Amino acid sequence: MRKHFDEQLECLKRQLIKMGAIVEEEIGIAVKALINQDLDLLDKVFELEGKSDQMEIDIEDKCLDVLALQQPLAKDLRIVSTILKIITDLERIGDHGVNIAKVTKSLCNKKLIKPLEDIPKMAEIAQEMIRMSLDSFINEDPQMAKEVAIMDDKVDELYQQIYLELLEILTNDKDTMPQIINLLLIGRYLERIADHATNICEGIFYMTTGHRLEF
Amino acid sequence: MNNMKITVKDLNLYYGDFQALKNINIDIEERKITALIGPSGCGKSTFIKTLNRMNDLIEGVKIDGNVMLDGEDIYKDVDVIKLRKRVGMVFQKPNPFPMSVYDNVAYGPRSHGVKKKSILDEIVEKSLRSAAIWDEAKDRLKKNALGFSGGQQQRLCIARALAVEPEVLLMDEPTSALDPIATGRIEELTEDLKKEYTIVIVTHSMQQAGRISDKTAFFLLGDLIEMGDTKKIFSNPDDKRTEDYITGRFG
Repeated sequence: MRKHFDEQLECLKRQLIKMGAIVEEEIGIAVKALINQDLDLLDKVFELEGKSDQMEIDIEDKCLDVLALQQPLAKDLRIVSTILKIITDLERIGDHGVNIAKVTKSLCNKKLIKPLEDIPKMAEIAQEMIRMSLDSFINEDPQMAKEVAIMDDKVDELYQQIYLELLEILTNDKDTMPQIINLLLIGRYLERIADHATNICEGIFYMTTGHRLEF
Repeated sequence: MNNMKITVKDLNLYYGDFQALKNINIDIEERKITALIGPSGCGKSTFIKTLNRMNDLIEGVKIDGNVMLDGEDIYKDVDVIKLRKRVGMVFQKPNPFPMSVYDNVAYGPRSHGVKKKSILDEIVEKSLRSAAIWDEAKDRLKKNALGFSGGQQQRLCIARALAVEPEVLLMDEPTSALDPIATGRIEELTEDLKKEYTIVIVTHSMQQAGRISDKTAFFLLGDLIEMGDTKKIFSNPDDKRTEDYITGRFG
C-alpha cells in the first residue's frame, strides 16, 4: 500500500541524515581547527556549510512536494513537518560552524591567554548531541531524543562557567579584551549549537510519540 | 461540556444474520459537524441511516440499543414522520423530484400542512438562500429542477431538506458525485449551516473530513474504532487501525 509514497518518505529521511552528517562533519572540523589553531582546515568548513545550505533547499522542496501531492496524515504528517523543522536547525548549526571558523581565524593571530579547557569540553558534548539527535531520528528513538535534551543543561552550565571565568580575566587585564570577546563568542556559538540539537530532539520526540516533550 | 444532540447507546444492527453495527456508542454534539469515515462496508452509511430510521423498512433488519434525540428514544418515543422533519437527509447522488425548483422545496412544508402561498414563498426563498443557491435559482423557480447542474441539484436537495426546518442534517457522501468547485461550495455551506444545525456527514475524502468537521468517527467492520476531535484523529490518532486507514496503509 502506498509504495511510491513510502519510497518518497524514505528518500526524505535518507537526505536528512546525509545533511546531518555533513553538518556534523563541519562542526567537527571547525572545533578541530579551533583547538589545534589550524587555519588550513577552515576552507573545508566553508565548503561543507555551502553543501548543507543547498541540501536544506532541496529537502524543503521535496517536503513541499510530498505535502502538496500526497497529503500525508497522522505519523506521516508528523515526519514531514519534523523534517522541515530539523533542516532549519541543521542549517543554523552549520552557520554556527562557519561562525566558529571565522573567530578561529582572528584568534590564530595571537597566542591564547590560556589553554582551552572548557570550550573543548562544550564542543565535545555539543557534537555528541548532534550525533545522538541524528541517531534518534534514524532509530525513531524518543528515549535517546530525551537524553539529548537533558545534555543541553550541561552545555549551558559550562557556558556559564566559561563566561564568568573570562569575565574575571578581563577585569584584571583589559588588554585581553579582543581575545576574551572571541572566546565568549565561541562559547555562545557552541551553546546555540546545543540548543538547536535540543530542538531537533524535541521534534523527534513529537514525531515518534505524537506527544510534546515536557520539561 | 457541550450539548449532545444525539446520544447512541449500545446500538446493534443486523441484516438477517449479518451484524452490520456492533455495539456502537456515540455522542453527537449540537451545532457541530461530525464526520463518519471508514472503508466501504464498514457500517458508516448504515449508521447514519439509523439516525432517522431509514433502515426500519428493509426486510430482515433488526435493531437494538438506543438512539436518543434530545433525550428521546427515536425508536420508541418518536413518530417517524415527526422524526424525519427533525432529522433531514441529503444523499450521495442529487435526487431532486422531477418537478419545478419551487415545488421541490415546497414539497416538505406542503406535506406538513403549509398551504398559504405567501408562507410557502417565504420558506422557499429562505431555504434556497440557506443552501446558497438562491441567486442561481430565483429566476428559474418554475423551471424543472432536473435542468440544474449536479452541484446545483445537490444544493437544491439541501434546500429541500432545510425547508422543513430540521434540527439535524444527515449527509451521506454529499459531494462524491460533484466536481471540486461544487464540492467547495457545499463544504463552505456546511460551515454556515452548522450555526443552526447539527450535521453528520459520511465521507470517503479524508481531506474533506479534515476541512469541514469538528469531530471524526472511524468505523471498521461494523465497529466504532475511534472517535474524537478531527484535529487529533488526523494528526495523532490513538488506534493503529485508524492511523493505517487515514494514512492509506490499510490492509
